Amino acid sequence: MAGDNIKMAETINEVKFSDAAMAEIQRYISHYPEGRQKSALLPILHIAQAEFGGWVSPEAMDKVAEILNIKPIEVYEVATFYTMFNLKPVGKHVLEVCRTGPCCLRGADQMIDMIKQKLNIEEGETTADGMFTLKPVECLASCGSGPMLQVRELYYENIDSEEKLDQFLEMMRNKEHETPTWAK
Amino acid sequence: MAKITFDGIEVEVEDGTTILQAARKIGGDVVPPAMCFYTPLKGSGGKCRVCLVKVTQGSAKDPRPMPKLVASCITQVQDGMVVENTTNEDVLNARKGIVEMLLINHPLDCPVCDQAGECDLQNLSYEHGVSATRYEEERRTFNKVDLGPYIQLHMTRCILCYRCVYTADQIADNRVHGVLGRGDAAEIGTYIENVIDNEFSGNVIDVCPVGALTDKTWRFKNRVWFTKPMDAHRDCPTCSGKVTLWTRGEEVLRVTARKDQYAEVEEFICNTCRFDKKEVKDWTIEGPRHIDRGSVISANHYELPVVNVPIVPNLPVSTKKNLPQE
Amino acid sequence: MGLKILTEHINVPGIETLEVYRKHGGYKSVEKALKTMSPDEVVEEVKTSGLRGRGGAGFPTGMKWSFLAKPEGVPRYLVCNADESEPGTFKDRWFMEKNPHALVEGMITSSYALGANTSYIYIRGELLFVLRILEKAIAEAYAAGLLGKNILGSGYDLDLHVAPGGGAYICGEETALLESLEGKRGNPRNKPPFPAVKGLFQSPTVVNNVETIASVPWIVNNTGAEYAKIGVGRSTGTKLISASGNINNPGVFEIELGVPVEEFIYSDQYCGGIWKGKQLKAVVPGGSSVPILPANLILKTAAGEDRLMSYESLSDGGFVSGSMLGSGAFIVFDEDQCIVRNTWNYARFYHHESCGQCSPCREGTGWMEKVLHRIEYGHGHQQDIDLLVSVAKQIEGNTICPLGDAAAWPVASAVRHFRDEFEWHIKHPKEATAPGAVYRGQLDAITA
Repeated sequence: MAGDNIKMAETINEVKFSDAAMAEIQRYISHYPEGRQKSALLPILHIAQAEFGGWVSPEAMDKVAEILNIKPIEVYEVATFYTMFNLKPVGKHVLEVCRTGPCCLRGADQMIDMIKQKLNIEEGETTADGMFTLKPVECLASCGSGPMLQVRELYYENIDSEEKLDQFLEMMRNKEHETPTWAK
Repeated sequence: MAKITFDGIEVEVEDGTTILQAARKIGGDVVPPAMCFYTPLKGSGGKCRVCLVKVTQGSAKDPRPMPKLVASCITQVQDGMVVENTTNEDVLNARKGIVEMLLINHPLDCPVCDQAGECDLQNLSYEHGVSATRYEEERRTFNKVDLGPYIQLHMTRCILCYRCVYTADQIADNRVHGVLGRGDAAEIGTYIENVIDNEFSGNVIDVCPVGALTDKTWRFKNRVWFTKPMDAHRDCPTCSGKVTLWTRGEEVLRVTARKDQYAEVEEFICNTCRFDKKEVKDWTIEGPRHIDRGSVISANHYELPVVNVPIVPNLPVSTKKNLPQE
Repeated sequence: MGLKILTEHINVPGIETLEVYRKHGGYKSVEKALKTMSPDEVVEEVKTSGLRGRGGAGFPTGMKWSFLAKPEGVPRYLVCNADESEPGTFKDRWFMEKNPHALVEGMITSSYALGANTSYIYIRGELLFVLRILEKAIAEAYAAGLLGKNILGSGYDLDLHVAPGGGAYICGEETALLESLEGKRGNPRNKPPFPAVKGLFQSPTVVNNVETIASVPWIVNNTGAEYAKIGVGRSTGTKLISASGNINNPGVFEIELGVPVEEFIYSDQYCGGIWKGKQLKAVVPGGSSVPILPANLILKTAAGEDRLMSYESLSDGGFVSGSMLGSGAFIVFDEDQCIVRNTWNYARFYHHESCGQCSPCREGTGWMEKVLHRIEYGHGHQQDIDLLVSVAKQIEGNTICPLGDAAAWPVASAVRHFRDEFEWHIKHPKEATAPGAVYRGQLDAITA
């Protein structure tokens, strides 16, 4: 509930970025003038989310603050503003399903209902096996190919029948995430 | 210098002055209200929109009117500018609409709120609100949070003016609270459990226009209208030591910074003065504090009553309900 | 098909590589501008072209460029707005994905015109896959001497970077975008100062949409006067239209401004007509924020003239009987679509995307969504319709940034043109909430 602060007691393992991630972080910082390193905050949060299991913990945010030499609250303020950053643990595949008007004209509402039914979860929930989290999102700029959804960096478009949805879910169950280009 | 006409009154101000400050130079009934702007805080203003005014002439050079209402707290005057506030029905209607917006999720728990009697939102809703609400939905609520031993955050009452965030950034150091989330789910908070802990943290209470940030040492001690404000000072190594004591009999119930008629503090004070010096012997009493608009104390009995003299003729009916002025 | 300025080579295999792009005339504008033109001459060409901002507002680009302050010793920035998030709009995403070098070329030529030595492409965070494509193209351009120090021996230096957002529609507003690019919450700034005076890092900055910048190379290569000959009236040039909804051929189409709306909807070159042989009910012609128009008013103006795909024609009649070209997102509704549900959906979107900084938008967007939700789910009252109009009016024009207007217009216009449908929902909650139920009482009138 709003107003409840997160307790630091739920700590996870030590937050340490890989060498590849640190190199990518430094590359982003180098894009901005001296003293403006905070500008790299959003790209670094994306990197943190990819590095640490698809979400950003308070500890990960504190680490980002330390790297950028800013106050932790500056990171919290930003991470809670933007919807892409998951602030709680999520399933292996976060199904970010577009729920906005144009996709709904082509059946997005029905697709979301089908996902709920098939996976037996509500919006924002994760399946018991930890495989899927359902996260309806607003317009993903793919209105000509709706209904559609995003998982990590990839778009899956024109999922306009139960058959296609089944195929998609089956494929995802057996799929590992793509390695981000910077980690290759 | 720039000469402007505000609600039919001419006033001359320095270049770079905002419309709001120019209106304050005139003073009285014509001054637009301000819930988020706060003169001592850099970057404040523009957010609450209650100070919207109509610029009917941009300047002497370019007399075209501005197409939309503008926030008077952040719009600078131009020589020859003509501005309407209380004389413009569009402005009054827009303000009424904005006050309604500020109130739809406000708990209206004034009877148990420590800010009652000196609350900007209470005054504003009295002046511009309507008696019935059109909002049927459930109001937004948050849990109360203690931000350390002295300050309580009651987010449900917050109108997101950002003043406390600017204060923490500019007056105190090591800010640990901020605005989290977004839209109508945005809230003031620390995200992880944290206390606001530095010598000037208490100032966030003084700048809060509503009862969202309150002084725990004063909580439920008394109603402000039963107290007697006295100017006092002490030799403080940290701040100026110039404060207002809110007393009842020999008891110091609360210590605040001295505020002007727009509820803006004259000098920020330290936590020792505010929270730890609660005895009359800690202070040199200067005399009764003169309190202007913004507090029911202005109507208190210990000072001679001051007659309200309207200075603008032909005001529309809707401004007649204003609180007493100095 | 008309003239293709942006998409002529978009389906050429390998066009995303520098080699193929150059083979098809790519980067010619960089050579021409840097070697034979002064920056001011480039600005003049863009002014002459009549090119207008393609992000939605339609402000003349050349004029915007000429407002850029140029104090001595202060860096200037060009920032490309690739935060395409307006529901219905997907042209920029499609374009960057297919032809990234066209944007990079536009950025170099435009940055030169503005005297910027560092430029940024701010892309919405959901499009990280497009960010990778752009970064690859940029790396190729650096390697070819088209970016970096002393580009093509001209003495002009430019660094170009791509920066991702994090999921916030509001960052498409230019000052919110700049805040976000500085690593902050996407709260729009109070204006003035305008970005042209104090923008990114408090320095003079121009923010332009992807399509706007990608149009610059053609203008430089072929002159502004040639560009101004394309299109109709003050709507010069071509425009990418994102067509979605209940049509046979959804997708992105490059049109010469001035194509009749009827042709655009029914021609096989474009939308290919309404799907499943259904009737046209309504269109939102410029992205979710612009007023919705019923079929009769989108095809013909109130004066009975053919409505054209142009800035002027789509706004003919003001908000009483017209709409806007906006970002060129053309959303088509067939007879089976419920306007109340769609209006609620859009209201939910703006509620979700309000930054929360100023009170009319923060509180009003949520209020409208809740009232619409109530009507859609069979719990509305008659007075709710006027309440919606009233709340929309309380938001419109009173906010820091245009998101307030964007939230108010779809609601106000839906009530304006489809009031019957709202009343039917309220009077007949049982029928209205039955699965697949749609009000058809108005169809004969609007499709006549």
